Amino acid sequence: MAADTHADDHGHHGPEKGLMRWIFTTNHKDIGTLYLLFALIMFFVGGAMAMVIRAELFEPGIQFVDPGFFNQMTTLHALIMVFGAVMPAFAGLANWMIPIMIGAPDMALPRLNNWSFWLLPFAACMLASTLFMEGGAPAAGWTLYAPLVLQGGNHFPFVIFSVHLLGVSSIMAAINIIVTIFNMRAPGMTFMKMPLFVWTWLITAFLLIAVMPVFAGAVTMLLTDKFFDTSFFSAAGGGDPVLYQHIFWFFGHPEVYIMILPSFGVISTIIPTFARKPLFGYSSMVYATASIALLSFIVWAHHMFTVGMPLAGELYFMYATMLIAVPTGVKVFNWLATMWKGAMTFETPMLFAVGFVVMFTLGGFTGLMMAVAPADMQYHDTYFIVAHFHYVLVPGAVYALLAAAYYWLPKWTGHMYDEKLGQLHFWLSTISVNVLFFPQHFVGLAGMPRRIPDYALQFAEFNMISSVGAFVFGASQLLFAYVVYKCIKGGEPATDEVWEDAKEHGLEWTLSSPPPYHSFTTAPEIK
Amino acid sequence: MNKAKRLLAGIAISALGVEAAQAEYKLNLVQGVTESSHAVYGLHQYMLWVCVVIGVLVFGVMFYSILHHRKSKGAVAAHFHENTTVEIIWTVIPFLILISIAIPATNVMLDMADTTDSDMTIKVTGYQWKWRYEYLDDKIDFFSSLDAKSNAARQKDSTVDPASVAHYLLNVDNPVVIPAGKKVRFLFTAADVIHSWWVPDFGWKKDAIPGFITDGWVKVDKPGVYRGQCTELCGRDHGFMPIVVEVKEEADYRKWVNERKQQSSQTQQDANKTFTKAELMAKGEEVYKSSCAGCHQPSGEGVKGSFPAIKNSPVAKGPIAAHTKLVLEGKGMMPGFRDMLSPAEIAAVVTYQRNAFGNNVGDQLQPKDIAASR
Repeated sequence: MAADTHADDHGHHGPEKGLMRWIFTTNHKDIGTLYLLFALIMFFVGGAMAMVIRAELFEPGIQFVDPGFFNQMTTLHALIMVFGAVMPAFAGLANWMIPIMIGAPDMALPRLNNWSFWLLPFAACMLASTLFMEGGAPAAGWTLYAPLVLQGGNHFPFVIFSVHLLGVSSIMAAINIIVTIFNMRAPGMTFMKMPLFVWTWLITAFLLIAVMPVFAGAVTMLLTDKFFDTSFFSAAGGGDPVLYQHIFWFFGHPEVYIMILPSFGVISTIIPTFARKPLFGYSSMVYATASIALLSFIVWAHHMFTVGMPLAGELYFMYATMLIAVPTGVKVFNWLATMWKGAMTFETPMLFAVGFVVMFTLGGFTGLMMAVAPADMQYHDTYFIVAHFHYVLVPGAVYALLAAAYYWLPKWTGHMYDEKLGQLHFWLSTISVNVLFFPQHFVGLAGMPRRIPDYALQFAEFNMISSVGAFVFGASQLLFAYVVYKCIKGGEPATDEVWEDAKEHGLEWTLSSPPPYHSFTTAPEIK
Repeated sequence: MNKAKRLLAGIAISALGVEAAQAEYKLNLVQGVTESSHAVYGLHQYMLWVCVVIGVLVFGVMFYSILHHRKSKGAVAAHFHENTTVEIIWTVIPFLILISIAIPATNVMLDMADTTDSDMTIKVTGYQWKWRYEYLDDKIDFFSSLDAKSNAARQKDSTVDPASVAHYLLNVDNPVVIPAGKKVRFLFTAADVIHSWWVPDFGWKKDAIPGFITDGWVKVDKPGVYRGQCTELCGRDHGFMPIVVEVKEEADYRKWVNERKQQSSQTQQDANKTFTKAELMAKGEEVYKSSCAGCHQPSGEGVKGSFPAIKNSPVAKGPIAAHTKLVLEGKGMMPGFRDMLSPAEIAAVVTYQRNAFGNNVGDQLQPKDIAASR
């Protein structure tokens, strides 16, 4: 009897029904879906906070929120967008796509995978709960610089433990990805035949494992400084407040590449499909990604040109930072060469990919400008910086995520999304995101510091424009949520290939749409 | 409506590149008034143009390709995907461009870091949320914080229109004064958290870090008033920590120094004087507004969960010695005011807090009592 039941199980290979399917799931697609859904919700939560910020900055004077609450909003907006939205969204893509792209049935460590996801909602709730505590949420910026952060009240241990949990989740996901890529590639898929998205995630996973513990260490030192009378970062006890910044940015700089390398992978996947050409310079793309990752470890103090480092240190960090422009440039030129003499079409994923290339490059230009230490003395901690990192993170990382979502949605759901609405979403987003962030370059150069709830009158006009852009951009993202919802509910059935001749561009297009519950039960042979 | 018109006019005028309009609608980095700031501006412009040229080339090629190599135009995809020569060229050329930026940048850097041979030194200490300036040569020492008008206008429920305040948020009660044409060295440190001292016209900023001394220098030839703000997040009132530097001709500067010295001898006299209660209350209200109201609120009601109320508070109604000690030494987020305020000011504000907001304790404090408690 028992034996019979067992045999039946093999026959189904389908998911359980109901809520328990999602809670106990070890299936890479279910977990990927959970990650993506969680990230989308967090994107709206963090976005709502950005709306509070932009509403306050709409006009000079304090209209809506207390300056202390304003600081809480900037801090939570950043922490939630980084750890709640962008990183989990990429982890979701990795879970969904890596096994399918390398011809594996699932991730290598499925139970660990379930854990890595389920830590997130709890960590996020813990972080959000600080808003309701006496004294409010953390208000020391996402960098949590000591000594300011040590002035925090009841929320302090909650924030630190939430960061720990988020870090543990990321490390477990990274381990899983590395093991999967190393061990579960289809026969014949050598490293240099792996899709670029897989490559970029492999490198990102190593970055994660290398730096998340550093961050955990730094915040633990904060914790002991606060509660156990240590003085790591307190000058009065012989500690060093700048040490915190060094440790933080040793994590924080690679962290920005953790958020951007998988984007490079996505863009390198999408552009060839819609240019109907193979990616130009595959191997140089791999080497460029690896060099960016390595360089990211040795440039951290370019966030600290104003702390009074020794001159030799400042010069070194300036030169090293400038070097990053070279491999990044190679990547952009390779995308260009991929488009060159292609036969391009511009469906929504391609629009977002092209938007990414243009606006990410703009963010890269300002990045190059701020690498130059003496000029950075002027840019540092102004809205010029805010404009720079939002150009690389919003039309950068977020656009890559949106491009990926549109590109793979038909594969995930088995239905085509609404192309008209998708294009509308792209154009609304692209116009508003530039109205939002471009004027911030001007106010920054004109002298507006970042993280201020109110400003001098000379900055009023551009702030108003920026806020209008923000509201439109925020509203446009609701359209995206609707497009996704509509696509899940139904729509024109998608073919296996989805995009014209997509089979030449990846293994995922050889599976049915949606793919079977266990992706590749028989490993495909790669020639 | 008026605002919208100004906005449109501003955009139109700045698009035309009319110089005069740029005072109000600035689109680019300030050129500043020091050699360093000019050098930095030069570097900035150079990099900006490098980026513009690369951008035009890159996006030009890209948009050409987007327009002409599209399937709807009958384009057929080529099949090349490798070209070592091209890839080497576009690795080497950016590298050469970087070298052309790095060389002048290094020179500017060396010059900016050279604080030797200065004519005078001012030590700047960051406090939440004011700056303290100590002239090490002339023995002048004072605090500088947001001016009263901006401070009133920036409150959440204020009825004051920021547009009616001159230099809204960019004005202070006590500006730093420096002589023109002299190399002035600034030393920076902080008393509580990290702050950052920035006057855009000088071309640099420097963090003020507790336990550290950092430095920078300026030499301004043109007398004038130069304004800036704190740029490192330093807590609730981070946005309200302006910096104003007045550059005066040597003779005017000396005059200012003498006035300042007289003021401090007045402060010393005040420390030995006995005030009437009415005098204490009047002075105390002034001090409360500039030093306490930011957190404890003008109404004395505080902010629930963050800043305790003064109204009906056990401290203000309890023993006066404990109340004085708290004001002098601070607690948690509250800074100690021992250095920030003169004994007369502390006596006045403590008296005020004990007798205002309905706290009718009735006692008072004299400056002498503060000196005794040191």
